[in-house]
Amino acid sequence: MIRVQHEDFDAGAEIRRMRLARPDIGAVAAFVGQVRDLNEGDAVSGLALEHYPGMTEKALESIVAQAKNRWKIFDALVIHRIGLLKPSDQIVLVVVSGAHRGEAFAACEFIMDFLKTDAPFWKKEQTGHGERWVEARASDESAKQRWAEPD
Amino acid sequence: MSVTLLYFARLREALSVSREEVALPAEARDIQSLMAWLAQRGGVWQEEFAGCRPLRAAVNQELVANDAAFGEGDEIAFFPPVTGG
Repeated sequence: MIRVQHEDFDAGAEIRRMRLARPDIGAVAAFVGQVRDLNEGDAVSGLALEHYPGMTEKALESIVAQAKNRWKIFDALVIHRIGLLKPSDQIVLVVVSGAHRGEAFAACEFIMDFLKTDAPFWKKEQTGHGERWVEARASDESAKQRWAEPD
Repeated sequence: MSVTLLYFARLREALSVSREEVALPAEARDIQSLMAWLAQRGGVWQEEFAGCRPLRAAVNQELVANDAAFGEGDEIAFFPPVTGG
């Protein structure tokens, strides 16, 4: 399931809901990303998250479908927030359930790595020097590349 | 050919446009040639679309490469590399 929303989320409640969805689940892996108060050496007081409505949901659905295709997982949830956020606010939640931890961990990490490079979100930071758009990192592209499967 | 063009994030601010409907000349038939056509508008369009800054493109809400073609009525979006998560 995909949710793009302004509101905060309750990671504990989401994990519990997925955990109890079926009795053959043996593992639930979850990732929470949150706003840092520092980037590129400057204090960050807030963040505005813009996205491409319509494409965002399609891109996230496609990433989850790829993960389900690649690993034997039962379910995956992605919640991504948009709008104005402050340091320590939650930005993103990924929860994956499976029979065993290996596939749940791998699928959770895969979803985050692909979200970082393929889902149309953009961050604009507020710093002491004014506002600035966050630049994409080369390390995010290389994190995705490690999942490339040999032909 | 008529298409809808969308611009996001830093690019939207630089161009001061978020959306436009345009009638394209025959030579603008893929992302690369469309970018060259937009660069011909000069000024900030030249700066953004002449290939110096990294840009991504999507056709009908799917990421595409620069040689991707498009058709009548398509939604074509340009934006900087994404920074979510």
